Amino acid sequence: MGVNEQKIKKNSLQGADLRQYGMMIALIVIFVMFSIATQGKLFYPDNFNNLIMQNSYIVILACGMLLCILTGNVDLSVGSVVAFVGSVSAVVMVDYKMPAWVAIIAGLAIGALVGCFQGFFIAFMQIPAFIVTLADMLIFRGLTMVVLTGRTVGPFSDALYNKIANAYLPTYFVRFGTSTVEFDMISLIVGITAAVLVIIMEIRNRSIKRKYSFFVTPAIQSIVKIAVIIIVANIFTYKLARSSGLPIILLILVLIIVIYSFITQNTVAGRHIYALGGNAKAAMLSGINTTKVMFFVYFSMGIMCAVAGIVLSSRNGAATPKAGDSFELDAIAACYIGGASTTGGVGTVIGAVVGALIMGVLNMGMSLLGVPVEWQKVIKGTVLLGAVSVDLISKRRSGN
Amino acid sequence: MSNVLLEMRHITKEFSGVKALDDVNLTVKEGEIHALCGENGAGKSTLMNVLSGVYPHGTYLGEILLDGKECKFHDIKASENQGIVIIHQELALSPYLSIAENVFIGNEQTKVSGVIDWNKTRAHSADLLKKVGLEHENVNTRIMDIGVGKQQLVEIAKALSKKVKLLILDEPTAALNDEESNKLLILLKKLQSEGITSIMISHKLNEISRIADVITVIRDGKLIETIQRDTEPVNEDRIIKGMVGRELVNRYPDRESNIGEVVFEVRNWNVYHPLEANRKVINNVNINVRKGEVVGLAGLMGAGRTELAMSIFGRSYGQKITGSIFKDGKEINVHTITHAVDNGLAYVTEDRKTYGLILIDDVKRNMTLSSLDSFSNKFGVLNKNEEILAAEEYKKKINVKANSIEQVVGSLSGGNQQKVVLAKWILTHPDVLIMDEPTRGIDVGAKYEIYCVINQLVAEGKSIIIISSEMPEILGMADRVYVVNEGEIAGELSKKDATQESIMKCIMSHQKEVK
Repeated sequence: MGVNEQKIKKNSLQGADLRQYGMMIALIVIFVMFSIATQGKLFYPDNFNNLIMQNSYIVILACGMLLCILTGNVDLSVGSVVAFVGSVSAVVMVDYKMPAWVAIIAGLAIGALVGCFQGFFIAFMQIPAFIVTLADMLIFRGLTMVVLTGRTVGPFSDALYNKIANAYLPTYFVRFGTSTVEFDMISLIVGITAAVLVIIMEIRNRSIKRKYSFFVTPAIQSIVKIAVIIIVANIFTYKLARSSGLPIILLILVLIIVIYSFITQNTVAGRHIYALGGNAKAAMLSGINTTKVMFFVYFSMGIMCAVAGIVLSSRNGAATPKAGDSFELDAIAACYIGGASTTGGVGTVIGAVVGALIMGVLNMGMSLLGVPVEWQKVIKGTVLLGAVSVDLISKRRSGN
Repeated sequence: MSNVLLEMRHITKEFSGVKALDDVNLTVKEGEIHALCGENGAGKSTLMNVLSGVYPHGTYLGEILLDGKECKFHDIKASENQGIVIIHQELALSPYLSIAENVFIGNEQTKVSGVIDWNKTRAHSADLLKKVGLEHENVNTRIMDIGVGKQQLVEIAKALSKKVKLLILDEPTAALNDEESNKLLILLKKLQSEGITSIMISHKLNEISRIADVITVIRDGKLIETIQRDTEPVNEDRIIKGMVGRELVNRYPDRESNIGEVVFEVRNWNVYHPLEANRKVINNVNINVRKGEVVGLAGLMGAGRTELAMSIFGRSYGQKITGSIFKDGKEINVHTITHAVDNGLAYVTEDRKTYGLILIDDVKRNMTLSSLDSFSNKFGVLNKNEEILAAEEYKKKINVKANSIEQVVGSLSGGNQQKVVLAKWILTHPDVLIMDEPTRGIDVGAKYEIYCVINQLVAEGKSIIIISSEMPEILGMADRVYVVNEGEIAGELSKKDATQESIMKCIMSHQKEVK
């Protein structure tokens, strides 16, 4: 008993926070390592742009997947649903000559329906999520092929649809002095505005804490934390300013990450998800409608699949039967690398996003180095196994 | 009946400083049926666990002699090799395996090493089933498809397969109906005639006085008396007196009772078992609680009190529930737990680790889990600062000993965990609190603090239903006692009439009635 309780003690949420910081540091270390190995190529402005563009769907899916993982389950159907949504949108535009907004609404509606379908079986019929989503993985991959009749459907004539994953926010390029490079002022301004917002929020937070006469962390700690966030964010916007400006997809990503973070950390619904994952029986006996929570989680996953499906088909300019293959595994890996627990109840959205970015940087760095695709898979798998093993073993050690 | 088969001498067993057994002697003669009586927590099961090697040699003081030779068992296997087999209250059967497989589980009949000989397994188990009166069962039936009574008999067949000399049964009839119990008792008599000695732990005094040759009474870890049936008359009153005859010390804080109108009432409540649709668990129960009153539900383990409480609390137990619930004179709908909470009901579970707490989460978040609505705006956005404030307040108010409200509850002691569960429900501002074994497994100091919280709650005009297997606790805390037995209300006693003897008598006479 004593040992067990010790373990639980170490498995505290504080531990999860530390783990998250650890992964953020790992992300930076991996980034710097590949930058050196590629003689600075990874640091080129265009590669920052690519990093966002290429990994956007995994980040979107990881947000939805995190909720599933928090309940102690996974969703294996994600890749197939992404392909299915893309195929429906494509067919609506190409075969039925509908405008892009109809295709987008159709895609989102399909995602919502799939979410309800999964939620019905998992939450109301209480069929294990693993089995329901495994079945749906087959069902929706099959339906994708049915809808596309085996073809690749594209390109899309409607510019709006193509813009989603390929276009940028308006830019205003300026040349400073005698420099040969141009900077997009809008990117720079967004970066600086974000920095100011972060500072204002932190000051406000601290003053509220003082008003409640709670313990306030030392100012130096806050300053370091904020400084790191601001520097990283502004390196990003600076690089993007030198490239093509802010991608539209970045705006969508930030919006999704903020919403999911807010739901999990600041709402009753989010608290209910953590409680359900931590101890479903206790959550139920505490008056939480666990069926509703479970339904909501898979509904949200359906919507995120739809968003990712639209983004992917927009980026590819076409819907293909093989689209989204093994995306579910990338999303699940991102959550686990980002500190989520396989038994549920532990994990954060920011962690999942960091996990997704680690995978993304690995992918890009290895591609730049010319590592063959087959070895890339080997290395990614090793990183997942290594990251989680190191984390669990160190936890067990300190637990004993 | 002559030779002494087993002798346990001066057995003392401590759990972190608390003596569960204190210098206990037990002598069992060959071929007798020896009954072990005592209240919950008296030390009966501990004594049997010492005997069967669950607590290995060296973790207790004293010696065990079997056939005159000293035994030092290091595990259960060692005691089984000597012919001592214990059948626990929770049966050790694998539900998806067949009867035959279960009979030889851990003791498989093999040809070459590791390869199961199915013919031998089936033939031998059929022989054993005949001995225990299950000759009409197919040995290939899955365990889950036969009733609890038959499962108990399979356990005995399993014991027989191990060449048992001394059979220990812990509450063998607790889960059985009368017919099944009767069968089991007859079987024990039959085994006795075949030379098998048994020790039986039981609460059911009528069964004990029917078949036991010798009765040993244990109280508070001490041997009280040993009654030989052939030399002195066996009398239930005498056993009861021996089991409970302790003076009550002042372990309960005083309370000025200020009892008002009936607040909460359950009428004609019937509940069926969640898995067995034909088994009635609660039968036509009527209870009520007044404002500012503590009502106790007394009864033996398995009497149906938890089932009653959980079925009332949002139908979280059972099926085919009928009956009505009234609050302040109006019938209320408590079909779901959410409804129950909204109607001012709270249920503090008996199993805080499994049903009460999110062990990996912190004190604060556990405390506010049931009352998140009062810490959020209409859009469901939490005000975490108000949450911290409330958690700090209750941590201080009911004295939760934790480093901070951010400490993970899994690392707290049992008593402090229980206080967190209590805080969780107090934060929902309930009118009626049902507390199921509120002080199980926690130390005396924490118990006293929880009693103080209970007194404070009733002083604020709340009503409390308390379920406890510790009779002194019921007598110390309750203004009124309902005696529950076999899913029925066996009697209602006022504080003045309620004593351990009167409650026991109530249960005994109800048991006879049911017969």
